[in-house]
Amino acid sequence: MAHDAGMEEIHQIFFDESLEGLEVMEQGLLNLDVGQADPVVINDIFRAAHSIKGGGGTFGFHRLSEFTHGVETLLDQMREGVRAVSQDLVDLLLQSVDCLRNMLSAAQRNEADPADTQRLSKAIERELGSDGFKSPHSHTESTSQSPWLVCFKPHDGMLKTGSDPVPLMKSLTELGDVDIEVNTHRLPDFDSLDPQVCHLDWQIRLIPHTSTQHCEKDIREIFDWVEADADLQITRESDDVTSTMADCALPTATEARPVTRQADKSNESIRVNLHKVDELINLVGELVITQSMLSRYSQQAVTLDQIASLQQGLTLLNRNTRELQESVMQIRMLPISTSFNRFPRLVRDITQKLGKQVELKLTGADTELDKTVLEKINDPLVHLVRNSLDHGLEVPEQRLTQGKSKTGLLELKAYHEGGSIIIEVIDDGAGINLDKVKAIAIEKGLIDEHDRLSNEQTANLIFQPGFSTAESVSDLSGRGVGMDVVKQNINSLGGQVYINTQPGKGSVTTIILPLTLAILDGQLFSAQGQVYIIPLVSIVESLQIQAQNVKAVVGQHELYCLRDEYIPVIRLSSIFQSGLPALSSCTELELLIVVELENQRYGIVVDELLEQQQVVIKSLDNHYKKIQGVSGATILGNGLVALIIDIAGLIQAFKKPIKRVA
Amino acid sequence: MQTHESSINQYLTFMLSDEEYGIHILKVQEIKGWETATPLPNTPDYMLGVINLRGAIVPVMDMRKRFHIQSAASLASSVIIFIHHQTSTAQRTVGIAVDAVSDVYQVEPAAIKAKPEFGVAVNTDFIEGLIPIDQKMVILLDIAALIEDEIQ
Repeated sequence: MAHDAGMEEIHQIFFDESLEGLEVMEQGLLNLDVGQADPVVINDIFRAAHSIKGGGGTFGFHRLSEFTHGVETLLDQMREGVRAVSQDLVDLLLQSVDCLRNMLSAAQRNEADPADTQRLSKAIERELGSDGFKSPHSHTESTSQSPWLVCFKPHDGMLKTGSDPVPLMKSLTELGDVDIEVNTHRLPDFDSLDPQVCHLDWQIRLIPHTSTQHCEKDIREIFDWVEADADLQITRESDDVTSTMADCALPTATEARPVTRQADKSNESIRVNLHKVDELINLVGELVITQSMLSRYSQQAVTLDQIASLQQGLTLLNRNTRELQESVMQIRMLPISTSFNRFPRLVRDITQKLGKQVELKLTGADTELDKTVLEKINDPLVHLVRNSLDHGLEVPEQRLTQGKSKTGLLELKAYHEGGSIIIEVIDDGAGINLDKVKAIAIEKGLIDEHDRLSNEQTANLIFQPGFSTAESVSDLSGRGVGMDVVKQNINSLGGQVYINTQPGKGSVTTIILPLTLAILDGQLFSAQGQVYIIPLVSIVESLQIQAQNVKAVVGQHELYCLRDEYIPVIRLSSIFQSGLPALSSCTELELLIVVELENQRYGIVVDELLEQQQVVIKSLDNHYKKIQGVSGATILGNGLVALIIDIAGLIQAFKKPIKRVA
Repeated sequence: MQTHESSINQYLTFMLSDEEYGIHILKVQEIKGWETATPLPNTPDYMLGVINLRGAIVPVMDMRKRFHIQSAASLASSVIIFIHHQTSTAQRTVGIAVDAVSDVYQVEPAAIKAKPEFGVAVNTDFIEGLIPIDQKMVILLDIAALIEDEIQ
């Protein structure tokens, strides 16, 4: 579709923006209350749809723009108030958002439209055709004069703005027969009555003289001036009147909703806060000053009395560099809300399917973490949330019998602690049945019957491969591949995951992640004349090899007797064929770095331990390809390249010798 | 890119022992003196390793070993030519170590002779064609195919 690079770039911007738009639409739709059209929210959704339609037309994605047109028409009618916000309609629109997302990614890959496009556009057409451009309550329209309900609740300060409710009521009588009920329950004692505060609210039932569609508009016009100082709800009396009344009684219900209403804008392409860019520019400015200060010394020989200021300059340079590094890293940081924002939808869909009631609470959504980590943490999080919804939280009846509130609570919480990001998935559900976990673990041979495990250890058995306690295999979870994949994914990011559970009270799954994947705390060591780096976190200890502790097994493998444990000895030369002769056996001059992977320790033989330092990780497959046992490379202070050891890959290669290249 | 390549037909040539090879000049990113490479484990022997090219980790291969050419020149006196190669997904840079850089020739496409068939004994996959220049023969390399073969 795209012919040249320039156009491709513009298309990419369109895709990025459209995906953001879809996210706005999704958030908006989820925030939309059924039976009540919040014009602000609908406007947001409408605007997003409109931009996608416009962009689609401009860039030649005509089917996309046609499809969006249908969606937009529906939204327009909702906005005008001629179409009621029904659950079915919201569902249809949410499906359309999904479909648009698929269409976009299909267009991005120049593929044909996804399968359900036809079906959905038919559904939209049907919806438009059935009662398009008619009143949302076409069934009551025939009686033409069904009453309107106006719920008018002035804020305390309305009277101070000079607005008087009486003329408003009078104007209403011009539209039809009015039945006004006043609610006085907020009136305080006479002693504490403030005459300048409006303590009353009104329920007005209006039977219009004419059967115009514009009746609602007329009513709104009357209240136009006071809308900012009052809660106003206008609805047609119909079957959903009960829900409307309930809404009326709780006008603050929408405010109390915790779900992030302000849709987060950052997505696909990184958008950097101007403040961060300014900070960078400042730092570069400082760096230039330091550089010009230091360059004085490069021009002539340094005299003794200049040494102090030279040293000072170098210290400054050191600080500048570190600060610059930190702020550049900041650019890659994105708020976790980009990931959190998709959960309201997910929770809504799943709870509907399972017949559960769950309130989702998102805390710390503006906690920032590296974009790469963010992308990779999404799937594990989705899995944990699904698990909580499926296995953790109970159905309403069961919750009531246990003396809990009908609605379960699921909380996603993110915060910084030290150099790590902590994400917690908290539910107040049934918790993990530890006896059952134990029984299954014994049955699957994961533990021995006589093993004494703490409750915590038992709970964490669920992260073992091939473990699933679900009685029925649902399409949500319970295939037994879930939790260990979650653990693997998190481990591959250099993080950890564990679960804490209180039977009957709920569970907390905690994920600990490093702040960034771009920098690593490494231990430098040399082996066979090469310098390698090993991540500091995987090292348990380092020790001098005692020759008598080295035991040979079947002549080629070696074990090291570490206190009361025999650990396999890994020689880099046997795995890394770098053309250098392998040494025959351990000598006392060598050192052993003990690392741990999946509760098993291994010893890696090295010649010498060098310094520990933070290294910037550079990938090998940018210009070449991945190499087993090597997770990347970095550039040392002397400009040379050193390889970073990937412990998991190295041990895998150790267990299963890879094919050697001739 | 295509239009450029047909209008500018300049080839950079380099020496491997006494054979002269040419690569299209637009493929050449830069030429540097010898630098010690960090060896990569489990790679073919002609892969010298990776070096630091202004912050990027770039692989370097020894063309003499790649083509099984015996050369008297020492590794330390070789020159590294950095080739840039555009794949469908990424822009890659690969270094090739050669004995020396020789010359730049203007070549008319019509003058390029088809590569001969040697039979199965010699792999001619990476040869684009031959070109006679003042009594000499320059072997034009299909460097893109060579790199493609390496990073697969």
